[in-house]
Amino acid sequence: MNEDIFQGYKGEALTLLQRFNVRVWGQAEVETTRGSFKGTILPRSENDDDTHIVMKIITGYNIGVDTRTITDMKETGYKKANYKIPEKQFPVTPGLPSVKLFGTGGTIASRLDYRTGAVIPAFSPGELYGAVPELADICNLDTEKIFAVFSENMGPKQYVALAQAIGKEIESGIDGIVIGHGTDTLHHTGAALTFMCQNLPVPVVLVGSQRSSDRPSSDAALNLQHAMKAAGHSDIAEVMVCMFGPTSDEYGLLHKGTRVRKMHSSYRSTFRTIGDTPVAMISKKEITPIHKSYNKRRKDRNVEIYPYFADDVTMLYYYPGMKPDTLDLLVEAGYRGVIIVGTGLGHVNKELYPAIERAHAKGVHMYMTLQTIWGYVHMFVYDTGRDMMAKGIIPAGNMLPEVAWAKLSWILAQTNDPEEVKQMMLTPVNHEITEREPYNGYLVYQGGVPEVEDFVRKVHK
Amino acid sequence: MTRSFDPKQNYEASKQAIGYVARKDATQADYDRIGFMSGLEVHQQLKTERKLFCNCPAGIYHDHDDYHAEIIRHMRPTLSELGEYDGTALMEFKTRKEIVYRINNETACTYEVDDTPPFPVDRQALEISIVISLLSKLNIVGEVHVTRKQYLDGSIPTGFQRTAIIGVEGEIALRNKKIRLIQLSLEEDSCREISDVGHVRVYKTDRLGMPLIETVTYPDMVNPDEVREACDYIRFLNRSTGLVRTGIGAGRQDVNVSCRGGHRVEIKGVAHTQWIPELTHNEAFRQWALLNVREELKKRVAEPANWKCRVEEIPFGTFSFPCDDIKEANARGEKLYAVNLPHFQGLLSFFTQPGKCLADEYSDRLKVIACIEKPNMVTSEDLNPLIANDDIERIREITQAGTQDAQIIFWGPDEDIETAIDVITERSEMLFDGIPPETRKSFEDGTTIFERVLPGADRMYPDTDTAPIPLADKYIEELRKRIPEDISDRIQQMAEWGIPEDTYTFILSKNLYPVMQSIIQQLDYSPRFTGTFFGHFLKSVVGKYKKSDDFSFNRLYDLFRFLKEEKLDPEIARLMLPLWYQHPKMDFESLLTQLKFKRYTAEEIEEKVPFLKEKYAAVGRSDDPGTMRKWVMGQLRPVALGNMNLRELAEKV
Repeated sequence: MNEDIFQGYKGEALTLLQRFNVRVWGQAEVETTRGSFKGTILPRSENDDDTHIVMKIITGYNIGVDTRTITDMKETGYKKANYKIPEKQFPVTPGLPSVKLFGTGGTIASRLDYRTGAVIPAFSPGELYGAVPELADICNLDTEKIFAVFSENMGPKQYVALAQAIGKEIESGIDGIVIGHGTDTLHHTGAALTFMCQNLPVPVVLVGSQRSSDRPSSDAALNLQHAMKAAGHSDIAEVMVCMFGPTSDEYGLLHKGTRVRKMHSSYRSTFRTIGDTPVAMISKKEITPIHKSYNKRRKDRNVEIYPYFADDVTMLYYYPGMKPDTLDLLVEAGYRGVIIVGTGLGHVNKELYPAIERAHAKGVHMYMTLQTIWGYVHMFVYDTGRDMMAKGIIPAGNMLPEVAWAKLSWILAQTNDPEEVKQMMLTPVNHEITEREPYNGYLVYQGGVPEVEDFVRKVHK
Repeated sequence: MTRSFDPKQNYEASKQAIGYVARKDATQADYDRIGFMSGLEVHQQLKTERKLFCNCPAGIYHDHDDYHAEIIRHMRPTLSELGEYDGTALMEFKTRKEIVYRINNETACTYEVDDTPPFPVDRQALEISIVISLLSKLNIVGEVHVTRKQYLDGSIPTGFQRTAIIGVEGEIALRNKKIRLIQLSLEEDSCREISDVGHVRVYKTDRLGMPLIETVTYPDMVNPDEVREACDYIRFLNRSTGLVRTGIGAGRQDVNVSCRGGHRVEIKGVAHTQWIPELTHNEAFRQWALLNVREELKKRVAEPANWKCRVEEIPFGTFSFPCDDIKEANARGEKLYAVNLPHFQGLLSFFTQPGKCLADEYSDRLKVIACIEKPNMVTSEDLNPLIANDDIERIREITQAGTQDAQIIFWGPDEDIETAIDVITERSEMLFDGIPPETRKSFEDGTTIFERVLPGADRMYPDTDTAPIPLADKYIEELRKRIPEDISDRIQQMAEWGIPEDTYTFILSKNLYPVMQSIIQQLDYSPRFTGTFFGHFLKSVVGKYKKSDDFSFNRLYDLFRFLKEEKLDPEIARLMLPLWYQHPKMDFESLLTQLKFKRYTAEEIEEKVPFLKEKYAAVGRSDDPGTMRKWVMGQLRPVALGNMNLRELAEKV
């Protein structure tokens, strides 16, 4: 009871509210040694201190009042806010493709949470239509909230649930699937789903937003429109990530789930295809393929779902002077697979060798990936590389570290046979290892250089 | 009927009917009659090293073309914290603007373009805002909460302004009354607009994010001069701390005005306080005029809910249209439409502002909301008709107009027509309600045009990216030690010193009081001389000469100390100042040398008097002793100035 009336308040502030009988959402007059304040009492974020009371004053701004200055409080009214995006029935238009949107949480659809003071996931088709009515011109939409977690809380259980939901949806005849997802681990999910959902007859598009949808300049609305278009209208039947191309509101990019990575903590254009080009560009008007070949959309429903994901694969990010016990401890803890993220062409120091030998002897599957992100593991170039291979580390080509982690997790949930694991790891499902790296697969231009500056001035970033 | 209707005559008649008086003739009785009411939002940039929420430098400006990259954004309305959409937000969404930001690496980082969350608030800015809040007698909040205030015009790339209340409920003392303050907030400044044509608006981001305070008053002002006085007071108060920026754009105000029965309308971005009286006067009367239109409509239309306008597309070819604007629209491939407004005859040409009538309200909105550049319409009641009566007659037939109706003929690109029709319908319907809540853009001539729908409290949202900042009592008391005396106390002191009132504005606006006070109190110069020297002579120098960047008003103390030490008469400062103002690196002796000044004692000068008197006797044409004295003084002045008091010398002569 109290919890509801005094939402988020504790300690001194709570005592004070109780003493003066003033509720959250109550309109109050507060007398303090700094003068009087009038407004509506708002809930307080749980992690904030207990010596301030938050009020919304008549001009709409929020202020905090120091409890130690309060001499009197009086509740003069009560009005609880009703935070609700106007919900409207999503219209059905004959002739438009049917798209299913799976909600997993994240900033793509979020609202204010007083408990933490941050934004929390919120989701419903009616809300989405209320917020982005343009979606109705793209497809007929049905939504399902599978779970509501922040991106960083996604894990093996969620991947399996998602893969199964995708399989079910495809069997019942959907034209395309969109998955709303927080951006932090969007590429982990993209990789996992690529391995778990094979031979797709329709597009499966992962989408998120870098600016929450409660902001006017959010990228959520445009990303959603692009994703719906890709799912409903494109003929690319793959697991893809659909996010901003440039930071400008211009076009989006469709990246393969196995080659994409979040490359900036806050930029809108954070997702980049690594070591290759994106599959296609997408705008509200058109989808422009960049890849010449990709898995085409089909009428059949012969999707293959492999809903397996082990939780005993880990990653080891190497640094100079790393001691052997770091690996020993992981093996001791029972990890069956280790993705090593090595330096340069795929190296760790000699000090680790005994630990690598011990791990190998225990049957731990070890694969080498790169801190350089771009490029191939080349373990034949130096002796150290050859030594490591001899001790049981297998080079994973140009597979991205996170993708290698997802793939090994997926494989180890199906087999523990070293040869079979190796064969599966090194046989690409969808470009997680590519045979060649095109010259434009690595483009990190350096600002300040005249020709780059020239380019940046002319082309919207 | 139409032919006998004279729009110009109607305009003048309506102006008379509502009892419009020009400002110079207006008395308090006129303002009481229409219920003039006004409040202020005074913005002031703070003098800080960096911007408010990032580490970019503050106060560096670029030319329009001096940029390194462009970024494009579109804005969408979102819900406020209380779960409401804001009216302005929805209007801005209707306009479908593409916003282009020009970024210069020197003054913008990823924060400005909303690609990085905010960094902790600038402490220097926070302190200055608290100092000014204390000086404004505001109640300082216990904890500063950053709020997002939505702005969908694109002037801020995030779509909201991060802003925080520092104090509430304060007051300032004008000459005859106290004005209550609602609040003072610390906020980030917005982008500067480069252009706004059609569906593209271009901004530059140099000013964006600079710390700004906004002081908001209650609508306590009851006439235009009071509004100006209050505005000057707040600006002087801000400057008296010496902690704020000065120069073009460093201080700007929004002025809220209404008349009795009207609605708060915000005149945005008034750059000069001397524009305020004319602007507020005209706005109050514009509202008064619109309320008169409403009364007239009520008489004519029994059921406003049933009132409907009729819209018809007009084929260009079937008319003779001599108007070039229409011909050009045709050449651009635009569409032409006529709207019949039933019972509106005499209303489109109804007076609203000097030189403007009701039709302008429509044209402004077509430009802003439907993005159709002006000229975008003509009417059946244009004060300077651009289309022939015959064409009007044909249009009246097509739109099935009655004899008491009026017509708007507008043109624009096909894709904007639907919005344009909505705009005209909506504005017409608003006439039945009264004054639409608007923000309006001001012009030097005292008139205004529609800018946006007035935003309300529904556009506020807590900033989830920043933590609240507690303000402890101890911290505030530390800052309280830094506040100067009240502006009202300074005014009173100057009056007691016998300094003429017409010097106050200049002295306070340049924050010269502190240096003037030291000269009076520490160097013992006459307050009246010092006051007029600052308020009259220095003002004329500032107006006449170009200031060197190295010059600082505070160094005037050094000048007067030099004169005191050298026992020179302060009048010599009148010669020294113009030169020094332009070349502040020169030392005082060099200035004197440059002026060919030579030191003489009073005796040496007075010795010359008999000789000069004799000389005058030889050359003088008049025997009048006054003329003689003038001539002698004229001869003596160049040598005497600075060496002795000229008035004393004149008496001796």
